[in-house]
Formats: sequence, C-alpha cells, structure tokens
Amino acid sequence: MRAPDSDLPLRFERVRFEAGNRLILDIESLSITNGAPTAVVGPNGAGKTTLLRLGMGLFEPTVGRVTWGGREKVPPTRRAILFQRPVMLMRSAANNIDYALASVNAPSRDRRRKIAELLALVGLSGFEDRPARRLSGGEQQRLALARSLARDPEILFLDEPTASLDPAAAKSVEDVLRAVAERGVKILISTHDLGTARRLAGDVVLIHRGKILEHSVSEVFFKEPRTEEARRFQASDLLI
Amino acid sequence: MFSSAFELLITGDPGLYRIIGLSLYVSLTATLIAALVGLPLGALLALKEFPGRGAVIVIVNALMGMPPVVVGLAVFLLLSRSGPLGSFGILFTPRAMIIAQAILITPIIAALARQTIADLWVQYRDELAGMNIGTAGSVATLLWDGRFSLLTALLAGFGRASAEVGAVIIVGGNIDGFTRTMTTAIALETSKGDLPLAIGLGAVLLIIVIAINAIAWTVRRTGERLAGAA
Repeated sequence: MRAPDSDLPLRFERVRFEAGNRLILDIESLSITNGAPTAVVGPNGAGKTTLLRLGMGLFEPTVGRVTWGGREKVPPTRRAILFQRPVMLMRSAANNIDYALASVNAPSRDRRRKIAELLALVGLSGFEDRPARRLSGGEQQRLALARSLARDPEILFLDEPTASLDPAAAKSVEDVLRAVAERGVKILISTHDLGTARRLAGDVVLIHRGKILEHSVSEVFFKEPRTEEARRFQASDLLI
Repeated sequence: MFSSAFELLITGDPGLYRIIGLSLYVSLTATLIAALVGLPLGALLALKEFPGRGAVIVIVNALMGMPPVVVGLAVFLLLSRSGPLGSFGILFTPRAMIIAQAILITPIIAALARQTIADLWVQYRDELAGMNIGTAGSVATLLWDGRFSLLTALLAGFGRASAEVGAVIIVGGNIDGFTRTMTTAIALETSKGDLPLAIGLGAVLLIIVIAINAIAWTVRRTGERLAGAA
C-alpha cells in the first residue's frame, strides 16, 4: 500500500520529446504501475534512455504530460536513477552512500547502519573505506546501485545496468535487483539484453525509433509477440 | 655580495624576518579571502546559465591580467581620506595591502576554478540531478571533489600575490617595520644600492614560493592517492 503522495502510477500522456529539430520519443500513452519490474527494450538509439530520463523528471517533454501519481512536475525525492556509466564521487565507498543519504535528509544517527546494510545488500561489505574510484567496473555499478537505494526510492530507473559487465557481475546485479523488487520498489529497467528482461521483468515495453510498438506482460511478450518488430527483435534480427 | 645576503639570513636579522613574516601574512590572507570569493564564483559561472554569462566569463578572464598598479590606485582612491571608505582609516596598513592583493588575485582563482569545475560538471551533472541536488549543493560537491585540481588555482593566486609589488607599494606605503614586504623592500634596497639585502630577500622569496609549491604538491599527491583520484 503506497502513501497518498505516491509517485505511482507513472504516466506518459501524448508525450513528444525533441532534441533540436529531431524527434527522439513519441509516446501516445504509457502507464507504469506498482508490481514486478518493467523492462524497456529496443535497439540502441530507440529512445530507451530518454524514456527513463523523462520518467525520472530529468527531461521535460516538448509536448504532452508526464505525471507521477496524477501530479505533474513532482521533484524526484521518491525516485532514483542508476546511469549506464555511473560517476563515483571522489570519496570512499561509504561516503558515496552517505552523500545520497544526506541528499534525502536521512538522520545522521541511522546512517552508519544504513551504509552497512546497503553495502551488504550489494555484496560490498568490507569495502567501506575503499576509494570508490578504485573499485572495478562491476563493483562501481553495485556501489552506484546502493547509492541509488540509499534514497529509499519508490521508483528506481536503471539505464542498461548490466551492459558493460561480465556475466558473473551482471548476475550479481540482477540478484540485487530481484531482492530490491521484492521489497516493493518499482523498477524500470532499460536493456537491449532480452535475457535480462526475461529473467527480471513482469512486463515489457518495446521501443523502436522513439515509438512504443508493444507493451505486454512478460510471458505474452516472449511467447506470443503481437508485432513483427517484436518477433524480429527476439529472433536477434537487426531492427534498423 | 651573496655571502652578505645569506649572512643576514643566518644571523637572524630581526628586520629581515619581520619583512618575511609580513609578506607571508599579507599574501596568504589575501589568497584565503580570494579563495572564499573566487572558488564559489568560479563554480557558479561554471554551473549557472544566465543572460550575459559569456560576457562575465570574458571579463573575469580578462581581469586575470589586471595591472597591479591599477588595482593599487583604485584601492588607494577607495581608502584615502576623501574616498568612500576613507573613514575606516586603513590606508597604509597591512589590511589595505591584503585588500589590494585579494582584489588582484580573485579573478585568477575564479577563472581557473571555473574551467576546472566546468570540466567536472560535465561528468557530474546527471548524477547530481538524479539525486535532486540543488545549485548550492552542487557547488559544494564540485569544489570538494575538484579540490586537488583547485589547489593549482590557489597556488597561481598565491604566486601572483607574493610576487607583486605595484599594488602593495601604493596602498601600503612601504613603511619600514610596518608595511614593508619582501618585494617592496627589494625594490627599495635596489634603488638605494644595498644589493646584499635585496639579493637575500629575493632568494628568500624564491625559497618560500618553491617550499609552498612543494608542500602543496605533496599534499595533492597524497590526497589524490587516498581519495583514489590518481
């Protein structure tokens, strides 16, 4: 049960987003509700990252409305985003998380405990004092995930979180995401890896050339895709 | 001539040490004040979009080349008895010298800080926006995370302050035992023909500047290593 000021559902209503004169995204309607993770899939340049940034509130639509729990222009106090290449602040792993905790005014007396919990959740216990920039790519990705979770988000946006990771590191990130979803955090994950979508998502949104071609529950999407593009994407055909 | 200069140093000539102490006090205080103004100003210029921002950046960059005598003259006019700040009565005091040097080096620190922070902002912008960090928080974060690079801006400011003579001689008056610094003393002693003292002061000035840069370099390297920046 969400609080009355919940950011869910997240709705895109007749949203167009242009950069310069180029149309990047054109969505007639999309509603993201509470529940299992939603995977946004599509080829590179389809508009997945732009969709996530609009949903996070980092971009404003050129035309149309994005609403969170029925409200427009809601500051991202209950949302967090993990970028494909997260930037580590030039401080220790623990202080990276502490920074995020401070950004949501978490009481200082609880911070040490929360930092330990979050580092344990992402498998980085014992890394507290390590400079964040000295961690490996996979470790940085997990630390960035812990930093995002420190904001106690209701919606967590993940932009290709496993794209640059080896299979073992990708699996550990997926395990964490599964645990996070079970805690009731709504996950919106963009990926061009259908395996990730199949393993994690409850529903799948297929985007191609800035348009949503299909939005269906995961089982339907993978067993009975409604569009030719979805069938081709799943068959690893090039969608150009 | 050189031996006479170093004899003054080794024997601990009180006049010489007073001059060295005042020089360090004035230049380090001016650098501190200029840092408090210049670093946030540079960061704001890097972060904030506003009409005329380009013109402000050009002006700040141009002010890096401000002639010290012009700054000295402007501060003199402000602090002289008939000037708007004449009632404070601080002309020909170390305070006036600090003000002049701070004005002189604030644009240097601001301009160099702006470039450093602008480069960092490109990396951090999305991440900080994602954490809903406002302008003040972003400025503080970027200044902290850019602290090792910003040390170079502070050293440039200190170098300029410790080396300049034009501004401090106008607003300080080069009063023996009160406002005489190493640079003004070198100019005076040279004009008097007392070259040993001038050379001794010149050598001390060089040694101090090298020592401060060496300390800063060591602090930077150690800090970078501990923070994982290098």
